[in-house]
Amino acid sequence: MRIERRLRQPWWLSVVVPVVSIAVAFGLTAIVFLATGHPPLHHFHRLFDAAFLAKGALSDTVVSATPLIFTGLAAAVAFRMNLFNIGGEGQLYAGAITGAAAGLLLAGAPSPVVVAGMMVAGMAGGLVLAAIPALLRAFLSTNEIITSLMLNYVAALILDYLIFGSHSYLRDTSGFEASVFPQGKTLPDEATWSSWKSAGVVLPLGFLVAIGVAAFVWVLYNRTRFGFEVQVIGDSARAGRYAGMRTRRKILAVMCLSGAIAGLGGASEDGDFRHQLDPQGLRGGNYGYTGILVAALARYNPFACVLIAFLLGGLQNAGYTLQGADFPNGLVGVMQGLIFFCALGGELFVRYRVRFERRAKAPAQPAGEAAS
Amino acid sequence: MNNSLLVVVLASGLAYGTPLLYAALGEVLAERSGVLNLGVEGMMLVGAVMGFWAVQRIHVTAWLALLTALGVAALAGAAMAAIHAFLVVTLRANQIVSGLALTIFAGAAGLSSYLGNDLDLSGSPAKHQFDEIFPKSWQDLPVIGPILFGQSILVYASWACVVLVALYLGRTRPGLNLRAVGESPEAADAMGINVAGYRYAHTLAGGAFAGVGGATYSLSITTQWSSGLTQGAGWIAIALVIFAFWRPTLCLVGAYLFGAFSYLPFALQKYEWAPPSELMQSLPYVMTILALVLVSSRAARLRFGAPAALGVPYVREER
Repeated sequence: MRIERRLRQPWWLSVVVPVVSIAVAFGLTAIVFLATGHPPLHHFHRLFDAAFLAKGALSDTVVSATPLIFTGLAAAVAFRMNLFNIGGEGQLYAGAITGAAAGLLLAGAPSPVVVAGMMVAGMAGGLVLAAIPALLRAFLSTNEIITSLMLNYVAALILDYLIFGSHSYLRDTSGFEASVFPQGKTLPDEATWSSWKSAGVVLPLGFLVAIGVAAFVWVLYNRTRFGFEVQVIGDSARAGRYAGMRTRRKILAVMCLSGAIAGLGGASEDGDFRHQLDPQGLRGGNYGYTGILVAALARYNPFACVLIAFLLGGLQNAGYTLQGADFPNGLVGVMQGLIFFCALGGELFVRYRVRFERRAKAPAQPAGEAAS
Repeated sequence: MNNSLLVVVLASGLAYGTPLLYAALGEVLAERSGVLNLGVEGMMLVGAVMGFWAVQRIHVTAWLALLTALGVAALAGAAMAAIHAFLVVTLRANQIVSGLALTIFAGAAGLSSYLGNDLDLSGSPAKHQFDEIFPKSWQDLPVIGPILFGQSILVYASWACVVLVALYLGRTRPGLNLRAVGESPEAADAMGINVAGYRYAHTLAGGAFAGVGGATYSLSITTQWSSGLTQGAGWIAIALVIFAFWRPTLCLVGAYLFGAFSYLPFALQKYEWAPPSELMQSLPYVMTILALVLVSSRAARLRFGAPAALGVPYVREER
């Protein structure tokens, strides 16, 4: 058996391979079900129903998908340049912190001002946290994978400190209940991001902003010189340098853009859904890490990120809805993991072809044949 | 005297550092072969749940049950690592993405909690657990008693593992081959070393160590199963590998340092002046970043830095 690189990728492969991958993932999940004595079809039906079909399910799916679009785009932007920013998780927290602070500080101002302030603050928060690995990478060549990963935990602990470990400005300190069950201060009404209802589905402002960001990223990467240079550096850093591209500046710009997008996602969590700084909710979502997988599955294409985030958001939402006695715990993670594994494995068949042949007894044939 | 803060923190640092040490030793092996596995947390959790299951369900004498449990935990961890190895070595997938997928698949919201639930393990204490092995009179010795003699056998076994891994990496032919694979797979391949084989073997060994690390939690520290009981120890272990510059002996020092930091907040609870616990918990991560920055000069990186081929798939035809 030999695996060789495809010289041309037929267009239909990029549709067939993901579809087959997901089908295989469902097949494997069915095996897990059967092995543990659950009827697979019944559970699949319930999952699908809870994710997309039931009344209000689509609206809930949009809620779960919105942060994943942001973190997915954040990862896609950086990964496209081979900058492995896995700090989306922490940058989302940072954006949620600064976004909530802005919402509280601007209380009393007209609503559009407050919302805009939260967006800017959220982006700034994520940007600042992403700037640390960016500067270290650009000036000291420190591995950004590790530094951004470590900062996730630092950001999570700052989040905990603000709500559970101190009497900070962001914590609700009024009343008896708040002292027993620490929680974030409720944001003022002006800080609630508006939402629109279309065909029975509630579309929050954050979701629309996320789609706007996806369009922005697409234009930036496909229609501007900046995007072109980023992709050249991503494909071959050396070629970029020889062509006189400013690699260091690109590293800083791309990481900061990535952090800002994740931070905007954090602000949207505050303004759209949670209306307070909610450490447990934010940490429970695993948005940053899932976002990286969203980006990988989407092959760093911004619009595909939206689609994949929507599918995974549906799965997550169904998991929350069905959580209970007769629905196995931890199943959603298993399914998500299997989908990721299959999609990652499927990637190989897009880039490579597998050939089965007898091992030649005679000396190997000249290499020219491989290029068919 | 044995209740003084320093002794308590040091003794607990050893106990809490041990699972980190096992997981980090495994990750050192995997990363030295060039495979970055970010799925440590998931592998630890699956090891923890399967080890606990073995102790609850296998009815033999205590020490045999515990030994079997460690074996089951190691196998479970290695099975998880095998998924990662297959994806990144054979199918050439991105190592970061595959490792994160493994954490989600096996982690607190995935397979480990599915198994814990399905095998009905939560809520009951372990039937057998790893206890202190030295007599009480030894444990009562001032200072060294609780620190050196008040530990379970897993702590002493981990010391043996450190020595073995250090010798393996520095003094044996397979160990040197392994380092060649991680630094320059092209050269290793030209020497006739089976690059894929080495990467598979050491990623699996890494998973086995992580599984044992997880079982250390469920059978020695918490002695019961609850979903997500490692609470991010897998990530600290990944930090530890970098903090220790990919060296097993430094892992030992770092593990106890990080273990002490993770216990310090509990020890300081009774004091008025205690600094915020979040500050101490964040120290391992901050120190890892600082350690990386310190060795970021080119010369230092060659000596102390990551294996040169870490994270890069090796494809013979495309080198």
